[in-house]
Amino acid sequence: MNVLLFHLMPYADLDLDAAKDYASVWTHLPNRHYDPKKGHALYNRYLDELEYAERLGFDGLCVNEHHQTAYGMMPSPIVTAAALARRTSKAKIAILGSALPLRTHPLTVAEEHAMIDNITGGRLISGFVRGIGAEYHSFGVNPTFSHERFHEAHDLIVRAWTEPGPFEFKSKHYHFLYVNVWPRPYQEPHPPIWIPSQGSRETIEFAAHPAHKYTYLQTFSPVKAVARYLQMYRDAAASFGYECSPTQLGWSVPVYVGDSDASAVEEARAHFEVFRNTFLRMPFEMLLPPGYTSRESLKGIAAAKAQLTSFIDVGRAMEQGMFVCGSARTVYETLAAHAQQLGFGHLLVMLQFGTLPAQLTRRSMERFARDVMPQLKRLTTAAGPSHPA
Amino acid sequence: MSGAFAAATLEVAGCRVTLKRGGAGRRLLYLHGANAAPAIQPFMEELARDFDVLVPEHPGFGGSDEPGWLDNIHDLAYFYLEFMERLDLRDTIVIGSSIGGWLALEIAVRNASRIRALSLVAPSGIHVAGLAKGDVFLWPPEERVRKLFFDQGVAERVLAQAAVPQDADEKNLHTLARLAWEPRFYDPHLSKWLHRIKVPLQIVWGECDRLLAPEHAAEYKKLMPHARVDIVPQCGHLPQSEKPDAYLRLFREFASAI
Repeated sequence: MNVLLFHLMPYADLDLDAAKDYASVWTHLPNRHYDPKKGHALYNRYLDELEYAERLGFDGLCVNEHHQTAYGMMPSPIVTAAALARRTSKAKIAILGSALPLRTHPLTVAEEHAMIDNITGGRLISGFVRGIGAEYHSFGVNPTFSHERFHEAHDLIVRAWTEPGPFEFKSKHYHFLYVNVWPRPYQEPHPPIWIPSQGSRETIEFAAHPAHKYTYLQTFSPVKAVARYLQMYRDAAASFGYECSPTQLGWSVPVYVGDSDASAVEEARAHFEVFRNTFLRMPFEMLLPPGYTSRESLKGIAAAKAQLTSFIDVGRAMEQGMFVCGSARTVYETLAAHAQQLGFGHLLVMLQFGTLPAQLTRRSMERFARDVMPQLKRLTTAAGPSHPA
Repeated sequence: MSGAFAAATLEVAGCRVTLKRGGAGRRLLYLHGANAAPAIQPFMEELARDFDVLVPEHPGFGGSDEPGWLDNIHDLAYFYLEFMERLDLRDTIVIGSSIGGWLALEIAVRNASRIRALSLVAPSGIHVAGLAKGDVFLWPPEERVRKLFFDQGVAERVLAQAAVPQDADEKNLHTLARLAWEPRFYDPHLSKWLHRIKVPLQIVWGECDRLLAPEHAAEYKKLMPHARVDIVPQCGHLPQSEKPDAYLRLFREFASAI
């Protein structure tokens, strides 16, 4: 199994009392609550944590894109990935992902990702996402065109990476006379493409399609939902006539490792609850603008609506497998059991979350790297042997 | 009373739309706003005393199809040009509410030859610096209803009736977003051509409209100086529904002069 570190880079110095006055820390929380001096310290701390993760032996460093929010300070994961590119030498750098429909000119994604792939000599994992619903409020892009723009931009980028240029590209939303990307990507035929998602049939069938076979990542969900969606991928692969490899499946989950189960929960509690109940909190209308999800899928999601807005404490999050927390032994056993049950070949652990401060983050990372990760890497999942990415 | 209206389905440009039609007299086409036209409202019945009233539901709304070609308000305008040709509507008075008013303007700048006059109720379609628009896409369903009305008693009645089932509400909201998400409820190119509109024009606005501030009416008046502007006191975004008597009085005044 491959083990990667995922960082969201939250604005951990947020004035939590001020945040209470707003329905969400996304889109509407005034940016006067962002202090650049604190931001400077946080960016450098988080980049240190990512670089440290390589020294600790993580297979990859994962960053992502969110806009106009205290949830994460990475409106451009390209900047983070570029900062890591020259300060690391072995770990994969995974951009999970670039929000394609938000780009007016999606060739910029092809160019920027190709640059990082060249600088790192082929260490890039290229993730494509649509962005969450809030992004469509923040950026003004029409959510009813989100799927179309995603698919058209995807086709454009993959063709730009693989077909000799210059060539012409015309689709409903994009019309380019010259597609001729310099630099071409370092990896042949192109960097691995991963598709992080909160779970939707359309996305899973797209990722599993034999022409793609993209790694599907289920992000921050109750373990029951993870099991359902990963099985949906395996079923989709089977219906396309092939067997899904574990390397096509990944799970992303926040993790905290303490000295004991009890101390771990005590140390993580407040910080996790800020992550879940402050940073992730948003009204239904913000999360799911019209057209972001098909109206058919919306019916299933509406059932989860109550959960979306309800307070989830650390105990309930652990019960549901949305958070793995405890001694190294407990964390290993929990993750190994999930790996056997769910059959994923990539585990993305988020070892900083919410307001978790530097010292606790570092100690948890060290315990994880020393006492959990080596055994996890040796695991082969039930669905078949894992292969290096 | 709504028995005076006959319901039918009509196919135009490969799209089936619902059409309710009632009354007799001069032609009157009602272009609905964001909540489609699921039922015949009292003001429509009143209009049917003097007019041949047509109430279609736009492509993408209510019981009408969602055609693959529907990408923007211009598509809807061309659809209605074809619709009016198909039914051979001539000398038609068009009433348009909210985005239905915007739609009426988009139709009229292209071809007003079948239009006798326009009575627009709180039409979106332009942007006026400094005038905020309500962010309807962030309002929960109940708030979306409440903010339509000045008189919360009316809002309560609408909420109690649950006139629009959830599926239809999601469909209407989806098409609304497709047409009006970005730019938000306007077409930056429309105002350049509004001077082409020469037909008699009435702009009616609720004084307490919380979706589109009534000050928009003054901007429309600047762009089309021949417009008659009527402000309805103590009224929200839908004067024809919230204060039908006041709206009908103003409309009849306007219509009797043309």
